[in-house]
Amino acid sequence: MDLKEKLVSSFLAFENNVDLDTQIHDIRNEAIKTFEEKGFPSKKEEAWKYTSLNRILKEDYSVFPKHENTIDYKDVKKYFIHDIDSYKVIFIDGKYSSYLSETTHDGIDVCLMSAALTKPKYRLVIENYFNKAATKDSLPSLNTAFSQEGAYIHIPKNKLVSKPIQIIHFSTGSEAATLSQPRNLIVVDENSHVQIIERHQSLTDNPVLTNSVTEIFANKRAIVDYYKIQNDNSNASLIDNTFIKQKRESVASVHTFSFGGKLIRNNLNFYQNGERIDSILKGVTIIGEKQHVDHNTLVHHIEPNCESHQDYKGIFGDSSTGVFNGKIIVDKEAQKTNAFQSNNNILVSDKATINSKPQLEIFADDVKCSHGCTIGQLDESAMFYMQSRGIPEKEAKALLMYAFSNNVLSSVKIPEMKQRITKIIANKLGVNIGFDL
Amino acid sequence: MLKINNLHASVEDKGILKGINLEVKAGEVHAIMGPNGSGKSTLASVIAGKEEYEVTDGNIIFEGEDIEELAAEERAHKGVFLSFQYPVEIPGVSVTNFIKTAINESRKAKGLGDMPAKDMLKLIREKADLLEMDRKFLSRSLNEGFSGGEKKRNEIFQMAMLEPKLAILDETDSGLDIDALRIVANGVNKLKSKDNAVVVITHYQRLLDYIVPDFVHVLYNGKIVKSGGKELAHELEEKGYDWIKEEVNA
Ligand SMILES: Nc1ncnc2c1ncn2[C@@H]1O[C@H](COP(=O)(O)OP(=O)(O)OP(=O)(O)O)[C@@H](O)[C@H]1O
Ligand SMILES: [Mg+2]
Repeated sequence: MDLKEKLVSSFLAFENNVDLDTQIHDIRNEAIKTFEEKGFPSKKEEAWKYTSLNRILKEDYSVFPKHENTIDYKDVKKYFIHDIDSYKVIFIDGKYSSYLSETTHDGIDVCLMSAALTKPKYRLVIENYFNKAATKDSLPSLNTAFSQEGAYIHIPKNKLVSKPIQIIHFSTGSEAATLSQPRNLIVVDENSHVQIIERHQSLTDNPVLTNSVTEIFANKRAIVDYYKIQNDNSNASLIDNTFIKQKRESVASVHTFSFGGKLIRNNLNFYQNGERIDSILKGVTIIGEKQHVDHNTLVHHIEPNCESHQDYKGIFGDSSTGVFNGKIIVDKEAQKTNAFQSNNNILVSDKATINSKPQLEIFADDVKCSHGCTIGQLDESAMFYMQSRGIPEKEAKALLMYAFSNNVLSSVKIPEMKQRITKIIANKLGVNIGFDL
Repeated sequence: MLKINNLHASVEDKGILKGINLEVKAGEVHAIMGPNGSGKSTLASVIAGKEEYEVTDGNIIFEGEDIEELAAEERAHKGVFLSFQYPVEIPGVSVTNFIKTAINESRKAKGLGDMPAKDMLKLIREKADLLEMDRKFLSRSLNEGFSGGEKKRNEIFQMAMLEPKLAILDETDSGLDIDALRIVANGVNKLKSKDNAVVVITHYQRLLDYIVPDFVHVLYNGKIVKSGGKELAHELEEKGYDWIKEEVNA
């Protein structure tokens, strides 16, 4: 039985086990049908031309965790940004871990999806927002059908949330292979500001496939800063489906740092439903071995006077492969749109490849759109210059790569987060230098 | 300190250096002059360890050791410094961070720990002042958008920080106005001692008025075709290179 059949046939049993009101029940039923029709995406689809899921779908994933597992904080502390005060919503093998978490209902809700889906007091928010941004593509649908747990964050009007929120999903590898489908819902109401850090971390070498869906609603004048740290083990794969709906004058940014994992696909979608919206999409990818990272972005400009800024940097070593597919749609009504996109890549090895493809669909006539893509090697003359001043080859390379990524890093607003990313990069490049550029 | 014997070097099978002999002793200043394309920068790069150039014959002995097999950074750690004719722009790396990294990597190679941040800062300030550099300069990306003169001054600033045994200055005077030339030359002279040596590559006498050479060599077509004292530089400035070319070709 292949994975698709296994999922479809286990859906009924799953539905019987959860206590849900009819509305969610209907959404789920609809979703599993969609998935059944569409199946997993294949390379025949334009949006999946350069990313094949075959090598990760052949594992015999267990779909529901059989045990509840625990882990010691000291063993996983390093995966937290632990030097700042933060809210934490932590999951172990898909189950909420209360002792690792720090949630709140004090003025804001930082808690669990399972609670939000079942408790009456969240009903209205769920009704208004749940599955209202996610598309009906096969992978988000699969997630919707099985969605049960994840982070639920609701920030009411006029709140500056002073502590960042960390969402971490740990996989213990207690099953031979695990499929995990977290579902996050984040609603930020008028004039509020929140910072969120998300991470998926496998703790063993057993294969893990995560198909996650995050829906974010940035209402009028809201500011949402979202950071994704993707630095997982070499047998862990991630399909990240993130949908952001913005209302007027809101600013939403997503920084994606992809340094590890077997296969990562980021489907990052922004929808601008209002005027004077700013959407910011940035990413640094540094990978090697046979790793594969695919950034598939969409910015849909629907109304006038909005902006979007995309800046993705990639450094590819060994036999790694990268994909950047950035789509910008500017509707006819969306006059005076400013949409910028840039994707710069360095290939450090002859065997590494990058496929970079901008897709602009512009139906308005008074817009500023620019896109640029570069693919190059490390500058040899810069290398010699640095080495002749006593900086060894490895360190010189690292410094150049770091400098290359620095544009993206410099817009990270949480200093501890930036430090952490810097450290991960230094580790990744095998050097011990400060990079305080 | 430096002894070059019958050095032949080529790039992509094209011979550029065709049998260079040169000896530089501690405490000396040597000037290398010669027409464009004669191989001056190539000689400097080969001494500094640029891998693009292949040494096909001869050798380079630095402080008694054949350095052919050493990487550029290892030569730097031993005290070789090259001030580039065309310093490379490195966007995103500040002058300060670059020099910090360079200093600490050299220390690491000598088995020392990082220089304490306070000392580093003090040293950077001291040397920047020596070269009358604006402090703002130090936080800018290395050489990016620097004027020709600023680039050269920054090269000598780095030299002052690294205190090399052998400094090769490749056309450090180009792009410098007269005030900057004086400041830069003054910086070089402050660093000079009986234990180190300077090789100045230049087309003009004016730098040599400040950094006075003990020997002047003419490099032509990959060979040193004439050597003399400081008066040779004056003669070249007056007469150009044609008479030398004629002598060689005769
Ligand atoms: N990397 C290279 N590839 C091909 N040819 C090179 C390379 N480097 C130097 N050359 C050639 O070698 C010769 C010597 O060049 P070099 O730069 O050493 O001259 P130079 O004496 O420094 O000249 P200038 O006074 O103009 O600075 C020139 O003909 C140059 O074109
Ligand atoms: Mg030259």
